[in-house]
Amino acid sequence: MNDRPKTSPKSPRSPQSPKPELQPVVNESGIEIKPLYTAEDVEQNGGVGFLGKPGEYPFVRGIHPLMYRHRPFTMRQYTGFGNPEQTNQRFKYLIANGQTGLNVAFDLPTQIGLDSDDPLAYGEVGRVGMAVDSLRDFEIAFEGIDLDKITVSLTINGAAPQLIAMFLAMGEKRGYDAKQLRGTAQNDILKEFIGRGTWIYPVKPSIRLVGDTIEFCAKEAPKYSPVSVCGYHVRESGANPVQEMAYAFCIAKAYADEAIKRGLGIDEFAGRLSFNFNIFGNIFEQVAKFRAARGLWAKIMKEQYGAKEPGSMWMRMIAGGGGGGLTFEQPEVNIVRGAYYALISALSGAQTMALCCFDEAYTIPSEYAQRISLRTMQLLTEEMGLADTVDPLAGSYYVETLTNQMRQKMDETMAEVDRQGGIVKLVEDGAVQSQVSAQAYAMQKDIESGKFHKVGVNCYRVKEEEEHDVQMHPYSEQDTQMQIDSLNRIRGERDNAKLKAALARLATDARAERNVMPAIMDAVKAYASVGEITRELAKVYGRYKEPIRF
Amino acid sequence: MTADRRIRIVVAKPGLDGHDVGAKVVVRALMDAGFEVIYTGLRQPPEAVARIALDEDVDVIALSSMAGSHVPFCRKLKPLLEQAGLTDKLWVIGGNLPKADHDTLRALGFKGIFPTGSKFDDIVTFIRENVRGSVRENVK
Repeated sequence: MNDRPKTSPKSPRSPQSPKPELQPVVNESGIEIKPLYTAEDVEQNGGVGFLGKPGEYPFVRGIHPLMYRHRPFTMRQYTGFGNPEQTNQRFKYLIANGQTGLNVAFDLPTQIGLDSDDPLAYGEVGRVGMAVDSLRDFEIAFEGIDLDKITVSLTINGAAPQLIAMFLAMGEKRGYDAKQLRGTAQNDILKEFIGRGTWIYPVKPSIRLVGDTIEFCAKEAPKYSPVSVCGYHVRESGANPVQEMAYAFCIAKAYADEAIKRGLGIDEFAGRLSFNFNIFGNIFEQVAKFRAARGLWAKIMKEQYGAKEPGSMWMRMIAGGGGGGLTFEQPEVNIVRGAYYALISALSGAQTMALCCFDEAYTIPSEYAQRISLRTMQLLTEEMGLADTVDPLAGSYYVETLTNQMRQKMDETMAEVDRQGGIVKLVEDGAVQSQVSAQAYAMQKDIESGKFHKVGVNCYRVKEEEEHDVQMHPYSEQDTQMQIDSLNRIRGERDNAKLKAALARLATDARAERNVMPAIMDAVKAYASVGEITRELAKVYGRYKEPIRF
Repeated sequence: MTADRRIRIVVAKPGLDGHDVGAKVVVRALMDAGFEVIYTGLRQPPEAVARIALDEDVDVIALSSMAGSHVPFCRKLKPLLEQAGLTDKLWVIGGNLPKADHDTLRALGFKGIFPTGSKFDDIVTFIRENVRGSVRENVK
């Protein structure tokens, strides 16, 4: 069954005399790849004048002068399932195995602002992440975890205002000073409309809420990163690597504009913006993508926004995940894919790494799969020398040429978005969604026809009988009931007068277009549930209706 | 029902799952194959899927599930489709569907099961060959 691809891989040939049958190779971003690069190619494509030194503008080579020699990338596997007790145990397991940060997965009801006992939550509580209903769940989930040593990233978007508030309130209750508390929330709602789909309110009020969190954190929790702009899911939805970065930057600019409208100076908040990017695909295209984007973002912040602080110009990023590159077929091969993704991420100067686990295409990763991912990252720093020197691929004729070409294409793509009316309009109209979905369809057709090779999928397949499921994470009705019981206990125990007052203030502030975060903080401290807060906001903002457009 | 009526398919995203890349890709493939496709968008509860299927007078009810709640969802959907008199329609499901669940889904009335990695041609052929009633006679 070792069906090799129909077109044979390109064999190396002397570049001086390319044979006529040499097939053109074009990367996913639409750049033709030459069989050989020389210093001439680098010069013809803009040279190395825009490289600078690591830690200096335009930061192409890295945002810090010493990068991993000073501190290796944070290892932050995406984790969470069932109830907070179970998730807390898994957090501790990962920390005991050398993980240096946490990246919390929430279940779908939490992500879209429903309580665990909502009829729409049936069958979904705790399934793809941890169930959260109130502050109590945060208290349990982070019990025994030193928030000074282990930074926490919350993968939450639609319900981000509540969950950021819960995190800060939990920290305060434990005696941490909010002004010193570090951590990240994903909180990138625009990309949820393009892919991932955990939106709640319409586009404009959703952006408003992102603005509220940025403004609130800039003042009350200045070390907290309230937004991690995600090219990741845009890429998963069908965007190519250039579009991934260009759309993410357009989205980041939309949030920056919203924050500036509130009267914030760029340097008051831009240093806390971060990014989350995808990694699957061609190794060199990805490395060039990140280097190019780092320079482009610095340039945008400096030239368009007048940022003065270097931190405001940094494209800080988490990278390493690439679900779209993994396969259901021969799942163990995903371990190897993950290792290459980790390599790309380290070669690209990522601040934080999170690898998709080999079983992740099927289920919530097992402890075993998570440990393998963690070991994969540890191999790079401990055995393979990836933390020894900064930006090791710099100076490669190929990588430098590609870096310049990719940056130019990103710049052009961003200009095109602006010409079409800007990212907010394109998302509201469903135009971006339609475009990336058409590309996803074209790619799927290329995979089915064998034009685009996918090992184990359209070549090098094994017999059907040899394919097997990975072990599935069990779903427990009992855990769901425990979560609902716990929510009901909270509802019985809390000070309902205080709660009502807090929710009333929330509604008033939302109507008056005041920043709703202070009211949400009060509501959360009064043990308001995720669903209660969402309902108050939805009364004012309404709910999003998806444009169906093909 | 006119003789040249095209096969009508509703593609639904059941439950809260937001992964719609696959659903949208399949919608395009079904449209290219000449079917008439109604796409529901995200977050359809079982009641909505049954109602849309009935209102739109579809021949095929197709679900796309990626986040693991396919079995509890289909358990809820089955009696609703039966009450709506849609048992003679073709029920199919695609997405992240572990082999261990296939028999359960078949027992719940889902005749076509298309886990991730299924080919467009296979899905289209299966629908053409298994769609029931008057539409079926016009297919060949």
